[in-house]
Amino acid sequence: MSANYKTIAKDGLWDNNGVFSMLLGMCPAMAMTTSATNGFGMGLATAVVMAASSLLVALFRKLITPEVRIPVYILIVAAMVTLVDLAMNAWMHELYKVLGLFIPLIVSNCLPLARLESFAAKQPVLPSFLDGLFMGLGFTIALTAIGAVREITGNGTLFADASLLLGPAFKAIELRLLPADMGVLMMILPPGGFIVTGLLVVVKRLFDLRAGKEIQMGGAHSVA
Amino acid sequence: MNAPTATLPEPPTSPRGLMHGVILGAFCLGFGLVLAITDRITVDDIAARAMEDKQNSLSQVLPAAIHDNNPVTDTLAMKNAAGRELTVYRARKGGVVTAVAYEIFGTGYAGEMKLMMGIDRDGKLLGVRVLAHKETPGLGDKIEVKKGDWILRFDGLSLGNPPLERWKVKKDGGQFDQFAGATITPRGVLNAIRGGLEFFAANKAKLTDGN
Repeated sequence: MSANYKTIAKDGLWDNNGVFSMLLGMCPAMAMTTSATNGFGMGLATAVVMAASSLLVALFRKLITPEVRIPVYILIVAAMVTLVDLAMNAWMHELYKVLGLFIPLIVSNCLPLARLESFAAKQPVLPSFLDGLFMGLGFTIALTAIGAVREITGNGTLFADASLLLGPAFKAIELRLLPADMGVLMMILPPGGFIVTGLLVVVKRLFDLRAGKEIQMGGAHSVA
Repeated sequence: MNAPTATLPEPPTSPRGLMHGVILGAFCLGFGLVLAITDRITVDDIAARAMEDKQNSLSQVLPAAIHDNNPVTDTLAMKNAAGRELTVYRARKGGVVTAVAYEIFGTGYAGEMKLMMGIDRDGKLLGVRVLAHKETPGLGDKIEVKKGDWILRFDGLSLGNPPLERWKVKKDGGQFDQFAGATITPRGVLNAIRGGLEFFAANKAKLTDGN
């Protein structure tokens, strides 16, 4: 059984990474990655929503008839997003000011819906929860990586404003790697999102090739 | 075109169709309840946070030294020249209005910019701060006080100082610097401030009489 959980974790984090393998959730992956901190925050919020909605769908999977499953999934994801939105606004307000605008967009992210349809609808509660969690964490890693590359090349900093997100203790990881006027502005603008995402997909596939793995084609096996 | 109808599920009046409806309805009811409860739990905290945000932005344009009331709760509803509803926040000392603050609006490179402007009872600017904008990061966002001190140059100015025709960016024959690579954003900010100053001039009596 534990080997099964290991596969789920490895799938979500690397082998079947939502952004770099399945190419799902591209809208937040590009809109929210102008800095590593923003990408990390958006990724975590998505991970919470994914873990919670996968758990709920798995819990109710025997009640949900196939005819109404899509509206029910959307309802569950939307309810979880609203919960996260309200809770963040009330108790993590600094973070909410940065991410607030983008939290509602998680509803339209097709990655949670794809995992509900292809995994949580057929699997018991615990594996589904782990699948949602690790897919979400994989999404977080991807967004943080895209954000880091864009932030370093575009702004010369790394993890700027991380203390706003994680608390004053994380002031130490806010780095300035290049002088302020060395940044290439385009990397922060939308084209930079496409360029960096494309390059990182290539990097991931090169790693996989080197490890002798079969390359998964983007999203071909997924339903949504 | 009767092929699509052939694939339709049974009509909703059939027992199976009804069952799907009941299941979907039950989920909606259940999650609706969860959301209602969450809303009740968080509503006070969210209102408190919104109040703090407003206080923070007001305290930057209404210095604490000039008032002994809470401007957030001492408001006046008015309409600006464009007919837009406006909330005016009043700073008072000993009951007398010493300054007012209100939102002003300008058109930037990427849509509307919202700013807060504080002005004392003689029409002198106490400060202008950007509340919300969608300008290009690295170019237009220098209007934010945390990215640069450009916005601070308006402190102490008024409608006659400089004269009205000089309230423009240098490119348009005025006296205010645009910044490298961005003219539209500062122009929008200047239009907003000029509009705010004219609003004060036109409504001075109502704004400062304290009723």
